[in-house]
Amino acid sequence: MLVVVAGLLAPVWWTGDPEALQPAERLRPPSAGHWFGSDQFGRDIYTRTIYGTRVSLTVGGAVAIASLVLGTALGLVIGFYRRLDTILMRVMDGLMAIPAILLALALMALMRGSVRNVIIALVVPEIPRVVRLVRASVLSLREHLMVEGARALGVGTPRILLRYVLPALVAPLIVQGTYICASAMLVEAYLSFLGAGTPPHIPSWGNIMAEGRSYVQLAFWIILFPGVFLAATVLAINLVGDGLRDLLNVR
Amino acid sequence: MTGLSRRRFLAGSTAAAAVTIGAPFVQAQKRGGTVRFIAHADLKVLDPIWTTAYITRNHSYLIYDTLFGTDEKDQIRPQMVDKHSVSSDGKRWTFTLRDGLKWHDGKPVTSEDCTESIKRWAKRDPFGKLLAAHTAKIAPADRKSFTLELSERFGPVLEALGKPSSNVPFIMPAHVAATPDSEQIKEFVGSGPFRFVKDEWQPGNQVVYVRNPDYVPRSEKPSGSTGGKVAFLDKVIWRYIPDATTASAALEKNEVDWWENPPVDFVPRVEQNPQLTTFVYDLRGQQGWLRPNHLHPPFNNKKARQALVHMMDQQKYLQAAVGVAKYYQTCSAVFLCGGPYESKVGAEGLAKQDLARARQLVKESGYDGKPVVVLHVTDIQALSAVALVTRELLQQAGFNVDLQAVDWSTNLARRAKKDPPAQGGWNVIHTWWTGADVANPAVHAGVSGAGATAWFGWPENGEIEKLRLQWVRATDRARQKQIADQIQRLVLDEVLYVPWGQWTLPYALTKKVQGLLRFPAPLFWNVTLT
Amino acid sequence: MLQEVARRLMATIPVMGVVAIAVFALLHVTPGDPATIIAGDYATAEEVDRIRTRLGLDRPFLTQIAIWLGQVVRGDLGTSIFSGLPVTTLIGQRAEATTLLALYALLISVGVGVPLGVLAAWRRGSWVDRLVMIFAVSGFSMPVFWLGFLLVYVFSLGLGWLPVQGYVSLGESLLGCLRHLTLPAVALSCIYLALIARMTRASMLGVLDEDYIRTAFAKGLPPRRVLVHHALRNAALPVVTIIGIGFALLIGGAVVTESVFAIPGLGRLTVDAIVRRDYPVIQGVVLVVSGVYVLINLIIDLLYVVIDPRIRY
Repeated sequence: MLVVVAGLLAPVWWTGDPEALQPAERLRPPSAGHWFGSDQFGRDIYTRTIYGTRVSLTVGGAVAIASLVLGTALGLVIGFYRRLDTILMRVMDGLMAIPAILLALALMALMRGSVRNVIIALVVPEIPRVVRLVRASVLSLREHLMVEGARALGVGTPRILLRYVLPALVAPLIVQGTYICASAMLVEAYLSFLGAGTPPHIPSWGNIMAEGRSYVQLAFWIILFPGVFLAATVLAINLVGDGLRDLLNVR
Repeated sequence: MTGLSRRRFLAGSTAAAAVTIGAPFVQAQKRGGTVRFIAHADLKVLDPIWTTAYITRNHSYLIYDTLFGTDEKDQIRPQMVDKHSVSSDGKRWTFTLRDGLKWHDGKPVTSEDCTESIKRWAKRDPFGKLLAAHTAKIAPADRKSFTLELSERFGPVLEALGKPSSNVPFIMPAHVAATPDSEQIKEFVGSGPFRFVKDEWQPGNQVVYVRNPDYVPRSEKPSGSTGGKVAFLDKVIWRYIPDATTASAALEKNEVDWWENPPVDFVPRVEQNPQLTTFVYDLRGQQGWLRPNHLHPPFNNKKARQALVHMMDQQKYLQAAVGVAKYYQTCSAVFLCGGPYESKVGAEGLAKQDLARARQLVKESGYDGKPVVVLHVTDIQALSAVALVTRELLQQAGFNVDLQAVDWSTNLARRAKKDPPAQGGWNVIHTWWTGADVANPAVHAGVSGAGATAWFGWPENGEIEKLRLQWVRATDRARQKQIADQIQRLVLDEVLYVPWGQWTLPYALTKKVQGLLRFPAPLFWNVTLT
Repeated sequence: MLQEVARRLMATIPVMGVVAIAVFALLHVTPGDPATIIAGDYATAEEVDRIRTRLGLDRPFLTQIAIWLGQVVRGDLGTSIFSGLPVTTLIGQRAEATTLLALYALLISVGVGVPLGVLAAWRRGSWVDRLVMIFAVSGFSMPVFWLGFLLVYVFSLGLGWLPVQGYVSLGESLLGCLRHLTLPAVALSCIYLALIARMTRASMLGVLDEDYIRTAFAKGLPPRRVLVHHALRNAALPVVTIIGIGFALLIGGAVVTESVFAIPGLGRLTVDAIVRRDYPVIQGVVLVVSGVYVLINLIIDLLYVVIDPRIRY
């Protein structure tokens, strides 16, 4: 976790320019001048990796938050208004049946490459999964005594949702959120690998690796360092998720 | 750039009509074997007229034959044609086919097949269209010969028919050539030295060819696409391995024999390996372009365009896009360095970067600070690299830049849009071309000043158009050179486009593979496995 | 039961309809068009238009979708815009590689993930538990392409045991097929392994606390017997669930894996088609893959009944 926090703060005190091109200094191995070496344009891998932390964490975090918020909202609505349930769940099932990476790839082809659009492309396939989770919980909570009691007392539906249902959902959602965050960072790397991720001039761990993959035999450091950062971060987030799962006793 | 590869240099002028018959080509090489080849792209389309993709052109060289070919020294020589002659006024050409030409289904090749194929080709290819515009009639004379009657003098008739790169006038059976040019052909019968095995074709994975045992090669020594096309190999398998690292590992592990497009950075590694070698198949290589859009501000202003010339630092582009110095050279000649039209006329500004001058020109142009939209093709490494360099240099010259990331397909659709940049159009795009397409004023898409029908970017310049027409009608070499120089001066002064350098690329292959020919497309005849 | 199967099958029809329409609509608004790609550098706008007309791409959206749906209902997925081959043929060429790759990866991840999960649960809280979980999760944390290159380095270039790339069909040679698929399957299974190990551990933890397990241990039965015969049987249900959920994940990983190892599979086919905007191919593959996904989940639901007789419809 320390690595992540350090990475997050690093851009504040780091003064290098991650986009500065120095073709004369291309593919240099790690040295005092370039701690992590340089890439095929002579850009400094250390600087790019540290800046990449920002983008990768932003993507992971934003995807997790956006899909949780949107998914929860939809899930709550669907769970409580049975008339919408059939139609919307069919749509969700349909979206879920399309492999996420293909859906994201198609969405990226539709939109211009930018960090915001990568986030959108990753959120869309994630929403149905959250909706399912929330809906299932809502359906079981609906029958719960507490909710029935509240309803008998004439409490309005929105209030029931906010007061009684939402709090019960927080724990599983947080756990789910950590997994979404971790997988979003990976899928971002896959999209970059397939040429449809974050635009190459903006460093993210995924696209540094994607750009460096052709050079893996010649300049392993391009792909090694961001790879280690990515793996360590995803691992950390996953372990936090596992820990929370055990702690909060979520099944 | 069409598809993602290379083209070749076309000798821009009067090729000798006389054929030098060399000593009969001795066939001492070993027959047989299968060569496994990593192609630069995935063969999806099989019609070389319908599409200009290089991969389709390369495929066609295996299965089709051509009337004329281009040799290593850029001379046009007959291939399917036995004899040809031209009337004294230069307007009536007669061509006679050689004996023994047969389609893969056993039927003989007729003169009608040739005329129909030329007609279909001339509907799409720009050089073909030029020829067609100067043609009164093309028709069979008898089963083996046909005539071409020009309405006006046209210098490069043989250059057009022997054109080495897309679209190549490949000869197909007449009934196949009758397919509308907007539709893909459905039969793949050629008369070339290899046959296409349709049942084993797996788009995205492999293409299989077998030797055509009925092919009758010419007796001359092979050179480029001319001379005897003797197929020694039993079988040619094309593989599609899009990932360079995987392709390189496959070659090292001897899972394939020949890799068409190793990124230049891999070349030193190949050279160090005692089992592998490289082969530079095209000595002049390719030319990179930065193309401004002439329809919209700021680059509808000549001064703003000239700023692009002064900000240009070819070294930087080449380092970013190509990388290994031995394979690239800075070059300010519009019609290629090392070609017959190489010239320094009007190239002073391009030869040396002058950012102060660029900034001044930007100011004088009245640039209003609106962001310049640069299309950034992210899925092709070289193009991605140069867009980044352009962004940096444009900023240094005083422009605001909006770098828009697009994939190759979107780029193709976007670049065709004439709308203002803010509404889906663009200001700057990048591409590259292989020699053949920039070798002379007839084929060079970047020197067309035809406005709305010019290549994307749509410069309008009547004077250049007049000069181009003079060039195709000129028949003596000195006059052609003089016109080409005039065109270069205008192109660089008006900044129709900015060249960012010239480079060559090698094949990587195992030492078992021998007998490769120098040509922009990989050729599989004459190749043997030891 | 049969009735239930029929009802569920009927319910998949609207799902597939949603998939079909969503994909079609998405592609329709995506910039880029096959006609410009085919026409190339020299074509005039008018020539591009003619090609577009020939391909039927200039028709209104509703007409295009109606024509396509009409074909699909008759079992015809259309032909590729580029190669002119029927989409069903293209899918047929590719389905074997992807199916075998996915099954192989599944086999590895269940074969390794379940024992790891059991081990972790049995030694809960110990360093063994932690080590196992970190090992499992780190597989999941590494990008597949990264791991793929690593494997190629060690096992193909270094040790020379296995081929670098490509595919040999099962019909041609069983051994060749296995040799070509081993590295990709290992790379791919890493995604899955963590999920399965984690799920096994979690459900085993629940079961191990049950009285009958404690009794079994107390009776002095060997731990292996208790774990496998008593506990694992009851923990199987969630594991089966994850196989269904993970299918989409597996296909996603297959897209990347197939690229790295140059395997002619469905994933690569789709990526190539998306890049070129070969609409009929994209629509066809997505429809087929989604159909398989829905079917697998249906089969899993039915498996529940087999595994746990308490569940009834």
